[in-house]
Amino acid sequence: MNTQPTATAATLNAGAKPAPRRPMIRLHDLALLPALLILIVIGAFISPAFLTQGNVNTILTSSAALALVVLAESLIIITGKFDLSLESTAGFAPAIGALLVLPVANNGFGIELPTFVGILIVIGVGALIGFINGILVVRFTLNAFIVTLAMLIILRGMLVGATSGRTLFDLPDAFYALMIITFLGLPLAVWLAALAFLVAAIVLRYHRLGRALYAIGGNPEAARAAGIRVERITCGVYILAGMLAAVGGLVITGYVGAISANQGNGMIFTVFAAAVIGGISLDGGRGTMFGALTGVLLLGVVQNLLTLAQVPSFWIQAIYGAIILGALMIARMASGKAQT
Amino acid sequence: MQPPDTTIPIVEARGVSKRYGPTTALHEAHIQVFAGESHALVGRNGAGKSTLVGILTGLRAPDSGQVLFSGVTAPAISDREGWRKHVACVYQHSTIIPDLTVAENLFINRHPTERGFISWSTLRRRAREVLDQWGVNVSEDARAGDLRIEARQLVEIARALSYGARFIILDEPTAQLDGDEIKRLFTRIRELQAAGVTFLFISHHLQEVYEICQAVTVLRDARHIITAPVADLPKDRLIEAMTGEHVHLGVSDAAGRTVPESAAVALEIDRLSGEDFQDVSFSIRRGEVVGLSGPTGGGRIGLAEAVAGLAPYSAGAIRIDKKPLPSGDVTAALELGVGCVPKSRHDQGLVLTQSVADNAIMTVNRHLGPFGFIAPKRRAELTNRTISSLGIVTQGPDQLVSGLSGGNQQKVVMGRALANNPSVLVLMDPTAGVDVKSKEALLTVIERMRQEGKAILVVSSEIEDLRTCDRVLVMQHGSVVAEHKAGWSDNALVASIEGIELA
Repeated sequence: MNTQPTATAATLNAGAKPAPRRPMIRLHDLALLPALLILIVIGAFISPAFLTQGNVNTILTSSAALALVVLAESLIIITGKFDLSLESTAGFAPAIGALLVLPVANNGFGIELPTFVGILIVIGVGALIGFINGILVVRFTLNAFIVTLAMLIILRGMLVGATSGRTLFDLPDAFYALMIITFLGLPLAVWLAALAFLVAAIVLRYHRLGRALYAIGGNPEAARAAGIRVERITCGVYILAGMLAAVGGLVITGYVGAISANQGNGMIFTVFAAAVIGGISLDGGRGTMFGALTGVLLLGVVQNLLTLAQVPSFWIQAIYGAIILGALMIARMASGKAQT
Repeated sequence: MQPPDTTIPIVEARGVSKRYGPTTALHEAHIQVFAGESHALVGRNGAGKSTLVGILTGLRAPDSGQVLFSGVTAPAISDREGWRKHVACVYQHSTIIPDLTVAENLFINRHPTERGFISWSTLRRRAREVLDQWGVNVSEDARAGDLRIEARQLVEIARALSYGARFIILDEPTAQLDGDEIKRLFTRIRELQAAGVTFLFISHHLQEVYEICQAVTVLRDARHIITAPVADLPKDRLIEAMTGEHVHLGVSDAAGRTVPESAAVALEIDRLSGEDFQDVSFSIRRGEVVGLSGPTGGGRIGLAEAVAGLAPYSAGAIRIDKKPLPSGDVTAALELGVGCVPKSRHDQGLVLTQSVADNAIMTVNRHLGPFGFIAPKRRAELTNRTISSLGIVTQGPDQLVSGLSGGNQQKVVMGRALANNPSVLVLMDPTAGVDVKSKEALLTVIERMRQEGKAILVVSSEIEDLRTCDRVLVMQHGSVVAEHKAGWSDNALVASIEGIELA
């Protein structure tokens, strides 16, 4: 059997006209840019500090962790699933790594594993959580929403239990590396997030696995009929997302300088908001990495603006929520499509 | 059981026409159903039966023509209540809500209330009254989903009658029933008929028409062909009315050609058994087209899906070019050289949210570049070749398939099946729901693939599809019961597919 794809009996009509080149970024991916621009203009008026190099760096640095988790969540949503537990993975995984490294004096387990093993364990724990989620959702065909909600609660509880509610300080430098090491003025975490988005964008567009995610999210039966290993790939996406969330957790740890018992708490709402504002369809099968990234940046700018504008801290959340709603509506009007 | 007034039909449609875009679903059709009779409405797929039912139940407005109930013009389309008093349709797909009780199903959205609150005791009492009045022997407290299918249908009929309708349309009521259940249902229908209920009976099983109906109306190609008392229309004439003189598409007929004995066997099915078929054996040579037909549920789809790796098989073997195909493994089937057009393009054929290109190359993604990357150039080449060789009308490779017409969507599915240059093609209802021009184009593709030496299995009950076949196997109850060489007469084949004996 000839596995060379030869396209049918290309006997008829040899004169096919060349296809127009696919633009790397399509118009509806840019739906969020008007909102982003408006915010930047507003920002420039509100505070002269807004458009300075230092402030832009601040925005990027504070958005890095969110970016990684949004990337993870976007991959899962495109595949037509859900993962609410990513936020507790971002807290739990680094904490376990830290506990295995720290001496008892610093609230650790006292096992005092080498630091690099600890870091590997952080990522391994993320992968394991993703694997468990994946198996429950794919093999046991349980509802992804409920499975990952339960997982969210379990992990949150286990984190509090393992740390007895205490904050972990004095971690080895490797745990802060993503924030300490800088390159061209920006911490490694920002470069890592940018690289991750770039790789994801390329894979989603140009690799068969990326296209498979869209196919599975759009119509799993059709994907199966086309020979795509739906279960295996879905499970793989959960594992990858768990690992990305774990790395995102390390970024938070580096940013904060410690691991508190509620690291990642409540983050998942922002994650979903960024993904959906960025055009990732909750129905699955639609959305781009560029869109998701603009969603992250938009929320980062908003957060930054609210601080610069000296909004009373008690009101920040309410205003933040209102702006998310507004951004959704603007994106809806700009793209002419429902942001489901 | 003489109805009171036999001169005015209880339901009449006069000169109704309906078009959907370029296709005429119904052209100047008419039907008269008299009170107290059971009237059969028959016709092949696409003859216009469901459109007529839609018009008779007030779900669709005809473009022209009118509907009368007992000589009075039907209510406006928006007046659902008004229609409900005259007519109801029991569809193949139950409209009973399984998790509610029988009683609540009967009075759904019109629950009796007391001071604004639902009175459950009144509801149950009135439900009991309705069930007793029409002799439906089920408990009003039973969960509707626990009822047998026939009981569920009776509950639906009772619900329709409780609205005041005395004219009930039954759409393929026996499709999911076994022999005994059909007998019981028919007994009940006769009893209801005696109590003054009129039925319009739609069935693919012509045998049943003779068993239960007094009159029959035949539709074909969106037109009314004949209405006659069942007694005056013997089976062969009924089938003739359904098939008509054959419309010849510009596609070559398989009659008169032979497959050389020397051609290698590409697909071999050896004593294969699966969920709804048992012990089926046949083989297809290179350059041969074999049709697989029979009634719905006869096992043809299950068998075809097993060959394509979409469904598992339990015993026997499938060999593609002498190599065994593992059970239920699409990827293995693709690698061995099986191309497949699945049964439903919306369910399994296409990812509607993706582009023409993504859908067309989905089966060969892994071969389009190094390390699984899809080289844009090869993607474009392959897609453009598919588009041009199949004549897909599209704005370009990046248009979403959801924006294509049915015919062009089906061509994309065909392109997907052909993309890996398969040696065996499994085509399930390859021309279902497409316009005549696309149908012709798709059948031409089948002929071209035959000439290229592919072994092709066409799974269909459409005469036009089967005309491309060197031979047609008819499956019933999971076994191959007949084989027709090319050159069969339409009537004989249809009779065989519909499962009736010609006298």
